[in-house]
Amino acid sequence: MQKSTIKDKLLLKNGEMIDPCQEKIERQDILINDGKIEKIKAEIDAQDDYKVIDLKGLKIAPGFIDLHTHLREPGQEDAETIATGARAALAGGFTRVCCMPNTNPSLSTQESMRFIREKAKLVDIDVMPIASITIDRKGRELTEFGELAEVGAVAFSDDGNPVENSQIMRNALEYSKLVDKPIINHSEDQDLKNQGIINESIVSTTTGLRGNPTIAEEIMIYRDLRLAEFTGAKLHIPHVTAKGSVDLIRAAQEKGVRVTAEVTPHHLSLTDEYMHSFNTLGKVAPPLRSESDRQALVEGLKDGTIDAIATDHAPHTYNRKETSLDLAAYGMIGLESAFGLVMTKLVHEDQLSLIELIKKMTTMPAAIIDIELPCFKTGERAEFTLFDTDEWWVFNEKNIESRSSNTPFIGQELTGRVKKVIIGNKVIEI
Amino acid sequence: MSLSIENLLGLEDVPQADINQIFDAAFSFREVLERPVKKVPTLKGTTVVNLFFEPSTRTKNSFALAEKRLSADTVNFSAASSSLQKGESLKDTIQNLCAMKIDLVVMRHPTPGSVKMLADFVNAVIINAGDGTHEHPTQALLDIMSLKEKFGQVQDLNVAIIGDIKHSRVALSNIYGLKTMGANVMLCAPPPFMPVSVEDLDVKVTYNVDEALEFADAVNVLRIQKERQASGLIPSLREYRNRFGITLERVASLQKPITILHPGPMNRQVEIDSAIADGENAIILDQVLNGVAVRMAVLFLLSGS
Repeated sequence: MQKSTIKDKLLLKNGEMIDPCQEKIERQDILINDGKIEKIKAEIDAQDDYKVIDLKGLKIAPGFIDLHTHLREPGQEDAETIATGARAALAGGFTRVCCMPNTNPSLSTQESMRFIREKAKLVDIDVMPIASITIDRKGRELTEFGELAEVGAVAFSDDGNPVENSQIMRNALEYSKLVDKPIINHSEDQDLKNQGIINESIVSTTTGLRGNPTIAEEIMIYRDLRLAEFTGAKLHIPHVTAKGSVDLIRAAQEKGVRVTAEVTPHHLSLTDEYMHSFNTLGKVAPPLRSESDRQALVEGLKDGTIDAIATDHAPHTYNRKETSLDLAAYGMIGLESAFGLVMTKLVHEDQLSLIELIKKMTTMPAAIIDIELPCFKTGERAEFTLFDTDEWWVFNEKNIESRSSNTPFIGQELTGRVKKVIIGNKVIEI
Repeated sequence: MSLSIENLLGLEDVPQADINQIFDAAFSFREVLERPVKKVPTLKGTTVVNLFFEPSTRTKNSFALAEKRLSADTVNFSAASSSLQKGESLKDTIQNLCAMKIDLVVMRHPTPGSVKMLADFVNAVIINAGDGTHEHPTQALLDIMSLKEKFGQVQDLNVAIIGDIKHSRVALSNIYGLKTMGANVMLCAPPPFMPVSVEDLDVKVTYNVDEALEFADAVNVLRIQKERQASGLIPSLREYRNRFGITLERVASLQKPITILHPGPMNRQVEIDSAIADGENAIILDQVLNGVAVRMAVLFLLSGS
């Protein structure tokens, strides 16, 4: 990655502008002055003092937003830091990420939130913290939602741990109405999960690995949907994996429950069949599911049941992954490979149009956390991701900017690649 | 004469020809074991590591004896899996051992797949001596060899496996091995002990032990671990015995002889009555002897000697 700062006016020529706000794709030239959009026109002539970038063959979209990133700082800086995570985000075309609060200490207080915000000032992307629902994610006492929202919490989650106690979950949803921010509950009933490592299926039977049944997810999602309906609060469901979950969410949305949902690129790309390899890189929570579940996730994206694509970027050190499957940590990194995977699996397989995909990575996540996305409005800060939809490439270690490299996608052939990111007057070559 | 497989990780992908070859060699080694001097120089100069990350008495001794009978040099490495929890990676542990120029590794580990993980990155022949609830191929080979010895052939034999199928590595390896050899397999267990979608492996499934005994020429009786009751999977060992125990009454009511196998260790009067375990149709002690022979065969054939 190479970063340069443009002092002069920057003219982006011959790019194809994908505007998810207006839902249109058109060839436009964009003139940026001091990091702000000055003019958008079909043809803008270059002047002597312009720095010109020819975007022939490239598409230009608003910077991607990731609703689900683990930056590991504070506490696990050996796996990731805000600085390295921000680089990983840029490499994947993300200009804004929401970081999860399962750090050490967790993001349960204004102090810890301010720590994140201070560190985030030093990086190029926007880091939007998600605060924990309960103190230290223990599922007992609520954090101070009001105070935390004041210092920038965009949502609340105990991610990694579910809120198991239904009364606490009810309280959280009810209290969240004070700030009208979504509650994001990691949906795995721990008793039903029963220390399961992979999806409970013929694959758990033939590998002997402990199974984690889809009902562990579905039952908790069902409870949360009913609680959201009952309280009228905003619920966001992270990393949906099971067909039954998609059906439940769809039915709740039809009833008018304020629920949104996300899916990860890895649950869209891999199935439990991967676990025949016994590779710990495939150990994620919730687990990789069956092919029929994977297809239901794609359907959910197509019909709008699933609003957003989110990475669940979960860096882990070598030692936490290079061990036996029962001891290995859950999770894989995802920022750098996300766009290539979803382009390959969704757009190039004619499951989703390019504009739909971009919406699920920009405007839809923005709407979930209720932030303004300027798209291509003059006067606004330039914040773009530029990509080639047709470039064929093989994902490899060199593409990883994260401090950790726990991904099963090394060697994966992908079609579609992020080439540049523009934030204000900075141009980052990927 | 050589096997198509390079390691013995499980019986899932082992072809019939390989299994037959192992049996042929094992029956020859059985003769060695009957001699006054029970030792051959076959693996002289070959180094075998017995890598046990989980307590084992029977399998470990059986392998140790097989290695001694073949004149191999052996190193024993026992580690509680807790030492790995302290931070040393499995990979490091194993690479360290293999740097000492090991020819064969016999490995037991509590986690499924650990043996495959080892095979993927070390330059030695790997034999799975049980990986968690996944496979235990040499146990299944000795079970099937004992059936072959008793019945002459395994093709079309009806074999029932009764007990805690879900938490058993012996069951899965037996299913694969028996199917490969052309036997018909029926599984019998309380529903919580029956693995999900196991009928996809082309086996019959029943919750009725009398149906299984009616079907079977031979039954492989699995041990019921007492901790399963504590974890709430079955209400009591008493009810288990009433519903699934291989009791004298049940066997006596059959209109045919039925061969009894048990991989051990037995819980007498729980999953099997002593009178049956020690009875004339039990081949449980033949299994033990065949265990040494079959492990000699596997070590010999995989060593490439």
